[in-house]
Amino acid sequence: MSAVDQAKNAEAFLEDTVHEERLDKLLWMGRMRRDAAARQVPEWEELRTLASEIKEHTLSNLSEHLVEFEANATANGVTVHWARDAHEHNQIVYDLLTERNIPTLIKAKSMLTEECELRPFLEARDIRVIETDLGERIQQLDDQPPSHITGPCIHKTTKDVADLFAKNYGSDPNNEDPAYLAGVMRDNTRPEILNAHAGMTGANFVVAETGAIIVVTNEGNADLAANTPPLHIVSVGIEKLVPNMESLAVFIRLLTRSATGESITQYTSTFRGPRKGAAMHVVLVDNGRSARLGMEKFWPSLKCIRCAACMNTCPVYRRSGGLSYGSTYMGPIGIIMMPTADIRKYSELPFASTLNGSCTNVCPVKIDIHEQIYAWREVMEEKGQIQTVKKQAMKVADKVLSSPQLYQIATASVSTALKILPHFAIYNRLNAWGKHRDVPEAASETFHQWYPNHRLKGNEVLGL
Amino acid sequence: MEVALMIPCYIDVFYPQVGIATLELLERLGVDVVYPREQTCCGQPMANSGCYEEARATEEHCARVFGSFKYIVTPSGSCTHHIRNKFTAGADSPEKDNLTRNTYDLVEFLHDVLKVREFPWATFEHKVALHTSCSAIRGLNMASMTERVHDPVFSKPKALLSGVPGLQLVEFDRVDECCGFGGTFSATEEAVAAKMGYDKLAFMQKASPDYIVSSDMSCLMHLQGCARRQKQDIPFLHIAEILNGV
Amino acid sequence: MNSSQSLVREGILGAVHKNQPASRPMPHIPHFGLNDTNDLVALFSQGVARMAGEVITESGPDLDNFVRTRFPNAKVICSAVPECRGTIGPAQLGDWSEASKIDVSIVRSPMGVAETGSVLLSDLELQVNTIAFLSHDLVVLLDPTQIVRNIHDAYLHPHFKARPYSFLMTGPSGSADIGAITVHPAQGVKTLTVVLTADPGAK
Repeated sequence: MSAVDQAKNAEAFLEDTVHEERLDKLLWMGRMRRDAAARQVPEWEELRTLASEIKEHTLSNLSEHLVEFEANATANGVTVHWARDAHEHNQIVYDLLTERNIPTLIKAKSMLTEECELRPFLEARDIRVIETDLGERIQQLDDQPPSHITGPCIHKTTKDVADLFAKNYGSDPNNEDPAYLAGVMRDNTRPEILNAHAGMTGANFVVAETGAIIVVTNEGNADLAANTPPLHIVSVGIEKLVPNMESLAVFIRLLTRSATGESITQYTSTFRGPRKGAAMHVVLVDNGRSARLGMEKFWPSLKCIRCAACMNTCPVYRRSGGLSYGSTYMGPIGIIMMPTADIRKYSELPFASTLNGSCTNVCPVKIDIHEQIYAWREVMEEKGQIQTVKKQAMKVADKVLSSPQLYQIATASVSTALKILPHFAIYNRLNAWGKHRDVPEAASETFHQWYPNHRLKGNEVLGL
Repeated sequence: MEVALMIPCYIDVFYPQVGIATLELLERLGVDVVYPREQTCCGQPMANSGCYEEARATEEHCARVFGSFKYIVTPSGSCTHHIRNKFTAGADSPEKDNLTRNTYDLVEFLHDVLKVREFPWATFEHKVALHTSCSAIRGLNMASMTERVHDPVFSKPKALLSGVPGLQLVEFDRVDECCGFGGTFSATEEAVAAKMGYDKLAFMQKASPDYIVSSDMSCLMHLQGCARRQKQDIPFLHIAEILNGV
Repeated sequence: MNSSQSLVREGILGAVHKNQPASRPMPHIPHFGLNDTNDLVALFSQGVARMAGEVITESGPDLDNFVRTRFPNAKVICSAVPECRGTIGPAQLGDWSEASKIDVSIVRSPMGVAETGSVLLSDLELQVNTIAFLSHDLVVLLDPTQIVRNIHDAYLHPHFKARPYSFLMTGPSGSADIGAITVHPAQGVKTLTVVLTADPGAK
């Protein structure tokens, strides 16, 4: 399988100026809202540090906290399952449904279920899956994955959605009013919710001390999916643990402010056990997390609380669109997570970054994102994932640039310099610079040539 | 005070006037400037491409050339950031250790070491849009960043430019959003890089500057390329050229 | 747990235990906001309004009358509080999906949060959880002396350790998924009205 060509996908996205400029503007506004919310909290930086330290404690004691959670949840009447990978997770969910002859599953948003590709697994086995989150439902109807972690269809215009709903629900294609469209969705989804026998949610946090699952939504659809039917299934990655409710408060204060700029979402819910006559099952999923935990440079990526602040601030994401990454998780956090899932497929992602560092400074749990992106580039080289032609060009560059004599010969003429200087000499995109930009003009002489004619010092060879 | 002058490879070839302005400015301020002629490059382009092994020889050469100096000054935030924070491809040595600790970006050197604030010879009666590179802001702490909303606002390049008679700084939106150069990113992801450059220029142009100025010529090289392609003839200057007197 | 699940569980826990980095301690979490002197009721009301809810301070002595006046078209009024009769109570609902026939639900919250404008609700107050989600509108009674300062204070409430289901609700159900414009409702209640009134059952 070849690597995702994020650059090519981004270029295609950029050709659609309407969608690109709109996405850029909307998400930058998200970043500005985050800044405004942070300004309201004088202890913001202290909260970030606390959140980072709580997560580092939890991840470095994860096996103990997992056992603690399991014991407490079980005591509350919850059945806890374990899944090593996506397939095991999907099979457990499938078994829970078929054991009870349940043909339809309503679900709330869960990036983990995207990661596990649960929907196609169930649909191939004749189980209907209905997304209840507005953005996820829109993407489901359009047969597209989510393009952003908190706003799955943020890349779509209101017209795109109006057209999609007209096609699927017979609504008015000329009515782009978001309130009207949300109403169409509500009317069509309400019957599914009422008739469902099983509801699935993800989890934003898992509290070890109380055996609790924490889910955060704007719509309340997770609460609907969990409370209406008599079976509540929770899919959650093992890294979502926090030790107790006291530490949860730190994350709740950071999460929504980082994501949208509001102080909290409409629904911040705690599920600790089933009601009488109902059942609650939690599926704890590994799927590469325990392996990533052992990676010295990359385990801090497991601190992520899925706020997407890094995507909103990333100038590359805003101009590429989330779908350009071809991955479950996108933008800066996606770049440092996805290579652990498939190093070959995602070998180009670490290069979809200018290493500007804005992401690291908005991350509520202080993941050193841009430094991990840089470290992944080195790993790609070590693991032989860098294209041979590019590596060759770099070898030549190093040879020339480590030798004063070769360097001075190469730079004596600008046209030779253009071939040698690595900014330009990248595999077969030699002329890429000039596609949208003018190439810099040649100077009549280099600084190196100018110097001996105008100064005396430093002429001597330093005995090298 | 003796200082070794490091001229980044792309300034050597395309913008020697920036090297000359840096040299003259330092001399004007009484500094004894040495230009080691065996210098080539700091290795950043290869290292940033993940080609760590292919940066080794270049970085080791750089350490040998500059490793005995007490101060190494370069008119480049990105090269300084690389040397100070990411110089790991070459073998450890006392020269490498010395280089990583004693390299300064020109603005840092003027602001923190020489502590110069006035440039009375450098009158510049124009409106300037100042761009500070991501390397300088987040790598060298040369200015505060908008992400950290509670930090006191400061900018070393602005502090220096305030000492230039007649110079007027203009404000513009998204002041610390990346310009899109990003090293080899500008060639490997050139569509995104160009759009970032066009956007940055648009935000700056709204403030009607006469000049666009930065302490990083790599950013300016990229922005100038974007501007000329859009038939904008706004002039670009490195901060060294302004402080030395244009 | 069957034997294959046991094996999977041991496998995962073993891998986690082997790979987890050297233990780092839990930090001490300060009690933020202790010295703030803001008017909690005012702050709370601002938070509710910001999230498109409404705070009522004068509902009059007759809650039934208040509800009927505010929601003149409501036919099914589900009251979970003794101060209001309504037309049905949660006990009259069979399947929890029947709550979809409710026009207005009235419940009492044991705690508000000033920092965010949130109200706490749980299965204890709701009796049938879906009355707070499937109804068209929601009225929440809240004793203004039971408003705490911030989220740190909020999570000290015993419900979070005792109840099988509890949640902080802030404004009515909404979504900004289409064009980043927040609209109401999404899947849940269309309006949220918080009535500040003393809790007759409070000690």
